[in-house]
Amino acid sequence: MTRPFALRVRNLSRKFDVSAPWLNRVVERKPKQYVMAVDDVSFDVPKGGCLSLVGESGCGKSTVARLVTGLYPPSNGSLEFTPDINGAPLSAQMIFQDPYASLNPRWKVRDIIAEPLRELKLRETEEEILARVAELLTTVGLSPNDGGKFPHEFSGGQRQRISIARALATEPRFLVCDEPTSALDVSVQAQILNLMRRLQDEMGLTYLFISHDLSVVRHMSDRIAVMYLGRIVEEAETETLFANPRHPYTQLLMQTIPNIEHPKRAREVTTGEVPSPLNPPKGCAFHPRCPLADARCSAERPAVLTLKDGNRVACHRVEEAEGDSARELTGPNSLSA
Amino acid sequence: MSTETTFLARVKSSDLWYSFTRHRTAQGAALLLLILVLTAVFAPWITPQNPFDPAQLELWNSELPPIWMEDGQWPFILGTDNQGRDILSAILYGSRMSILIGVGTVVLSLFVGIGLGLIAGFFGGWVDNALMRFGDVLLSVPTILIAMLVSAVARAALPDHLKDVGAGFVLILALSLSAWVQYARTVRAQTAVERGKEYVQAARLLKVPARRIMFNHILPNTMTPILVAATLNFGMAILSEATLSFLGIGMPPSQPSLGTLIRFGNQYLFSGMWWMVIFPVLQLCLLVVSVNLLGDWLRDALNPKLR
Repeated sequence: MTRPFALRVRNLSRKFDVSAPWLNRVVERKPKQYVMAVDDVSFDVPKGGCLSLVGESGCGKSTVARLVTGLYPPSNGSLEFTPDINGAPLSAQMIFQDPYASLNPRWKVRDIIAEPLRELKLRETEEEILARVAELLTTVGLSPNDGGKFPHEFSGGQRQRISIARALATEPRFLVCDEPTSALDVSVQAQILNLMRRLQDEMGLTYLFISHDLSVVRHMSDRIAVMYLGRIVEEAETETLFANPRHPYTQLLMQTIPNIEHPKRAREVTTGEVPSPLNPPKGCAFHPRCPLADARCSAERPAVLTLKDGNRVACHRVEEAEGDSARELTGPNSLSA
Repeated sequence: MSTETTFLARVKSSDLWYSFTRHRTAQGAALLLLILVLTAVFAPWITPQNPFDPAQLELWNSELPPIWMEDGQWPFILGTDNQGRDILSAILYGSRMSILIGVGTVVLSLFVGIGLGLIAGFFGGWVDNALMRFGDVLLSVPTILIAMLVSAVARAALPDHLKDVGAGFVLILALSLSAWVQYARTVRAQTAVERGKEYVQAARLLKVPARRIMFNHILPNTMTPILVAATLNFGMAILSEATLSFLGIGMPPSQPSLGTLIRFGNQYLFSGMWWMVIFPVLQLCLLVVSVNLLGDWLRDALNPKLR
């Protein structure tokens, strides 16, 4: 990994207090309860590239997104943005999942997109602000006249375009996309993804892309990190991951992708559900569902191994098979060779 | 295109206006309320006398029945009281006071309720708990009882020359003291929902100050239920004020409200001057009913689930 990184995340953790109210705890003698939504996560996002986080609902990918943008403070670990050429720290903006909740229904589109300009005083006069809004609307494929409308007058895809325009208003170098297409029709998904690819090329944007949809992720990303119960279980180059998934959980995810050539192929069905993050399994979090699990898996949590090809995986079986060629991740800096 | 025309155009194209044009009851209630408010506001210019200026009262006009009865006399359409005071004029002046106090109560309690509700809902935690439990305590005591307590204390505490002038303000304060809780609860609940929405997170990403997020982003999205509550509470405030005045702890006789008029009329009911009490009561009923009908329509019209 010699490419310069835009964001370096080390040992990031986030704990949420999900305890019952104080009175209930006293009366029912319950202890405080915490959820490790994100547990010791490390990754690099290459500059101008796209790293995707994939995983099932509740695996902590959206929490990572909110930690990266600063909406939540981390409980532990560090986030390091590379400063841009001018020495100014990169600012992360976000594209949200639900285009029906991410735009204030009482605001005109013009004001929604102008908000960053006004709040951060990026433009001086009202004319400059309106000109910039018109420019942004055009950039995302809408008409400057759309600024006078309210969000409810737009379709889901158009709303997501507005959301992108708002994120671009601050001229960010880094965009966190939290499932930006999961609320959209498949045909509209493609339009939005292509728009995002185009913007990435034109503006040199770096994406941290969150999704549960592997085909979307494959289209968008350079690298993919697979998350399970708050931890990264495998991280690899996109094509390597699809060609040769190493972690049993990644293999399970690959099994779930529909294949247009073999629509009725026999699939290995993995039983069980994601365990409750309130009470995660001991050892490897995936062992109750893993076809390869043995006694060691239920006792010892696998460390994240960096393999020869620079990809990383956290699994005892992989370690045993490729152990000699693998190098254990020891310190926070061993990610970058 | 001036802002005025766009505003009018927006009103005309809104769902609310459409619902209003199709709703006979709402139209009737609005018309009635408009008449009542206008006649009350312009009372000094349309009444034959200022009924509370002793210099304008003539004792030989006293105890006249309404005009359609045997001894009725122009211009005393609804008769006069025992001091020669025109009942219709007194009612219009009284409505004026009642409406003023109703509006004052709604405005003050809206102001306090929205502010505290926003703070409680937005910040959550112990601030939320403290504010809402305080509201619960206030609500656990009947409104009238709190209002009685406040006006009794104020009555004793205020110096003599301020008693009459301050009576209205004391009443507004007394009634607002428990009325704000309902607004605060409504706003708090809505705020807690809106706070988690992504458009608020987007604003937080821009480091928009909390005050501006609350007022510019969240507040407009909580206004619908508040509008309904405010309308219905306007009627409630007028009724509560009338109750207090009827009990003699509201508006003083020198600047009476409808409740005060009803109290006086009540004392003369058994001497046969029924018009002294019936007409103020009728006016009070019309006022409250028209407000409540409008509020009911508004609640239905703004509730998308009932469409």
